[in-house]
Parts: sequence; C-alpha cells; structure tokens
Amino acid sequence: MKVLYFAWLRERVGVAEEQVEPPVEVRTVADLAGWLRARGGGHAHAFENPAVVRAALDRRHVKPDALLHGAREIAFFPPMTGG
Amino acid sequence: MPAPSVSTLDAADLPLDAFQVRVQAEVFDASTETTGLVAGRTDVGAVVTFTGLCRADDQNGTPLAALTLEHYPGMAEEEMDRLLQEARTRWPLSGARLVHRYGRMVPGDPIVLVVTASAHRGAAFAAAEFLMDWLKTNAPFWKKEERPGTAADGTWVEAKGTDDAAADRWQKG
Repeated sequence: MKVLYFAWLRERVGVAEEQVEPPVEVRTVADLAGWLRARGGGHAHAFENPAVVRAALDRRHVKPDALLHGAREIAFFPPMTGG
Repeated sequence: MPAPSVSTLDAADLPLDAFQVRVQAEVFDASTETTGLVAGRTDVGAVVTFTGLCRADDQNGTPLAALTLEHYPGMAEEEMDRLLQEARTRWPLSGARLVHRYGRMVPGDPIVLVVTASAHRGAAFAAAEFLMDWLKTNAPFWKKEERPGTAADGTWVEAKGTDDAAADRWQKG
C-alpha cells in the first residue's frame, strides 16, 4: 500500500510517500505505525510519540484501531493547523 | 391533498455552483466570491463572509516573517466538501464557498475564506462559524512559521487546545 507523510512526519521520515508491503499481522493503523517505527532511523523519529500522529485511510480521518484491509492509501500527519 | 405552498427553494432548484470548495495557491478576492455566490439569486437574505489572514506575530506575540501552508491534495478538497455537506444538514443554506490557500504567505495575505448564504442571518452566521471551527481541526493543512532573521526552514505550528474546544462545541449531544 501507499503511505504518505505530511508536515514534520514527512521531514523526519525523509520522503513524502513510499510503497510498503507490511506482513499480514499488521492489521490496524496503529499496527502499521508500530511496524514503520520499528524500521528505525527517520521512521523511528517520526513515530516516537504515536499519540500525536493522526491518520487518514483513503483520504478519510480514522482512529488508530481502524482496519487497513482493502485500503490503497494511508496518510500519517500531525494534528491539523490550517484555517 | 392540497399542493404544498412554494416558499423556499428545494435543494434541486439551487444553482449547480451554489456550493463550492477550492484549494489554491492564488490569492482570492472575498468580494468577487461573495458577488459570484449571490449573482442572479433572489432567495438569499443574508451573506456572511469570513476571511482568515496571515498575521505579523504568533499567539505568543513573537514576530512572524511568513507562513508556509502544506496540504494533502485530494483529501483537503474532499474533507472541506464533507464539512460543507455537514453544515447543510444543520442549517438551511442557499449557498456557500470555502476557499483555502496553500504555499508561502506573508503578513496581510489572505489564507482562508468562508462565505455562507441563507434566507436569514442566523443560519448564515452559525454555519460560517461552524465551518471555520471544523475546518481548523479537520481539513488537512499544516502551517510552518518563519521568524525574521532566522534560517528560512522554520518551525511547524502546534495544534491549539482552544481550536479543539471550539470545534467540540458543535458536537451533537
């Protein structure tokens, strides 16, 4: 699936998007964040405090316990500061 | 059965462009947007226009040189459209426009525009405030601040608890 990063998550990971193939036991948004964090380096830095990371599945806001199955695109970003 | 009296416009009778969402780098003109929204309409009794501008200092009074707005293309438009649909379920709106800019802005530049139109002012005022409050906490935009005399890279603005509180006021019990 495609993973997008925005704002300081993008800067810490070092790329705006990437294609990932997580193992089957990665079922939820929180699972994926933990799996990405375990890659170390910039990913570990980006996901060091999961409580401040928000996510969207196929362009809709979701909670950490949302299931990934069938999603084409997931985005991780900090709380929004537009307006 | 008597025929219903024709007093208000049906959603089906509204102009196709009565509700519009745009995300753009270009500057917008609030007056042009408002005029465009009500052009040719005789059912609108109230229009509320809100413009959010880039200020020369932040919430702590620290001087600001510029803001850069990053957004999630695609989702930004979709989320703003969902906010508009939600507003329409709550108030009898005759039209609305939401315009949000991205890119680099300097103090005095317009960032966001909300225009709401209704038969009466109550709905137009309330819907504009609701849209602005929810836009701040739900539309995928992020601000980075540049300080005068520092390296151009800047720091990301942190979300404010007061914005969450403002958005939460509109939660249905």
